[in-house]
Amino acid sequence: MTHTTRENLLASFKAGVHLDGRKLTEYRSITVRKSVTRSAEGSAHILLGETELYVGVKLGIEKPYPDTPEQGNLMVNAELRPISCEKFEVGPPGDEAVELARVVDRGIRESHAIDTHALCITPREAVWSVMIDVCTVNATGGLIDASGLAALAALLDTTFPKNTDTIVHYEERTDKALPIDSYPVPVTVYKFGEYLVVDPLPEEEEHADARLTIAMTERNTICALQKGGVSPLTADEILAMIDIALKRAPELRKHVLR
Amino acid sequence: MAYEKRFDERGFDELRPIEAKVGVVKNASGSALFKIGKTVAIAAVYGPRELHPKFLQNPQTGILRINYNMMPFSGHGERVRPGGSRRSKEINMVIQNALLPVINLKEYPNAVVDVYVELPQTDAGTRCAAIVAAAMALADAGVMMKDLVSAVAVGKVEDKIVVDLIYEEDSYEHGSDVPIAILPNSGKVSLLQMDGDITPEDLQLMIAKAKIACQKIYDVQKAALKERFKKTQGD
Repeated sequence: MTHTTRENLLASFKAGVHLDGRKLTEYRSITVRKSVTRSAEGSAHILLGETELYVGVKLGIEKPYPDTPEQGNLMVNAELRPISCEKFEVGPPGDEAVELARVVDRGIRESHAIDTHALCITPREAVWSVMIDVCTVNATGGLIDASGLAALAALLDTTFPKNTDTIVHYEERTDKALPIDSYPVPVTVYKFGEYLVVDPLPEEEEHADARLTIAMTERNTICALQKGGVSPLTADEILAMIDIALKRAPELRKHVLR
Repeated sequence: MAYEKRFDERGFDELRPIEAKVGVVKNASGSALFKIGKTVAIAAVYGPRELHPKFLQNPQTGILRINYNMMPFSGHGERVRPGGSRRSKEINMVIQNALLPVINLKEYPNAVVDVYVELPQTDAGTRCAAIVAAAMALADAGVMMKDLVSAVAVGKVEDKIVVDLIYEEDSYEHGSDVPIAILPNSGKVSLLQMDGDITPEDLQLMIAKAKIACQKIYDVQKAALKERFKKTQGD
């Protein structure tokens, strides 16, 4: 990774551009492909600048949780694979991976993106489980937004396999799509001194004071928030960040609704 | 019973469509993608770099570490639990042994060469695909090598010896699976495993067929590396 000084970075932001010349609230180029792996019930691959990751959705039949006996289960896992950059190591998910998975999970769960009631097979006995896995291949920033967007794309790509009672016949697909009711998209806004920017490069991100991930629905409501970084934020800064998310989320969503 | 026609209607000695690309993971020292039928392996090399913790360092030689990983959604049927398994541990070891004969690690005292292999989609032959991708990634990273390594799974379904098994053949009840890695220039075998039931004559034939198939894979590996070199020169 290349490094830059905070002074250089702030000078660039003052001039209104990222180090690669983009506007402060502009994302790098985004390419989303769906149905990229046949073994998943739904999948997507995203390129955000040089960041590259896969999201796969597997469906299975499990017992429902006791507190939601008539609803399907949702699980999100993120693997920051060591293939994707020097600092990721082999081993169980670390703090960054766990936070990433949980932030993506909350956006999907709290927006009720998946109609979990429609996933019930037999109340208290058997429900469909939706298991979402994020696997990075190249990590150069923007992982939360890329993962959330690709997760939505993968969910929209998901179809049910055949089943008889609680036995799943994975080799036989139906054309029944996973019921999706909402389209949550996370936008992470970073604060560097007085500047608010999206999609920082890794050499920029290391100087960030704080970040706020705002998951927005297509109705322009907020379905999840996560503040990261040590610097506190003023209420005005938070509102300004939400303003940025309101503008960027519909553009991001276009990449997956096509 | 006779195996008259393959499940995917290929010839018995015929490889699935193959595709290779070098330089696919931007952050890595070297990388490659190898696709054989529906099996996709992405390999990336980090290093040679300093080995930590320090007590693992060897002043006589560098070491090679392999990490093979099937993405949780890449298998047939249910989700594969992430994290290492007994299976992936063994695969890491046999891949390491398959690659070591061609790598001159003496050039890199105290260092480690890390090879990571990710599989987003699988349809049998994953350890062989991993070896093919890893060999190209090592060459791309500029690691000192005497040769490439090519690999393919051959096997037997009922009465027929088949090259490049797919899942239905690999999991066939009366079938044998023999992953083989070949060092193309010497013709030596650096990976050999087997499960099934075959005669010594079968094995002899399988190795001969693997050599022919690996020559084709080797040509694709070389072409992909040349393509990458062309691009680098153009930059």
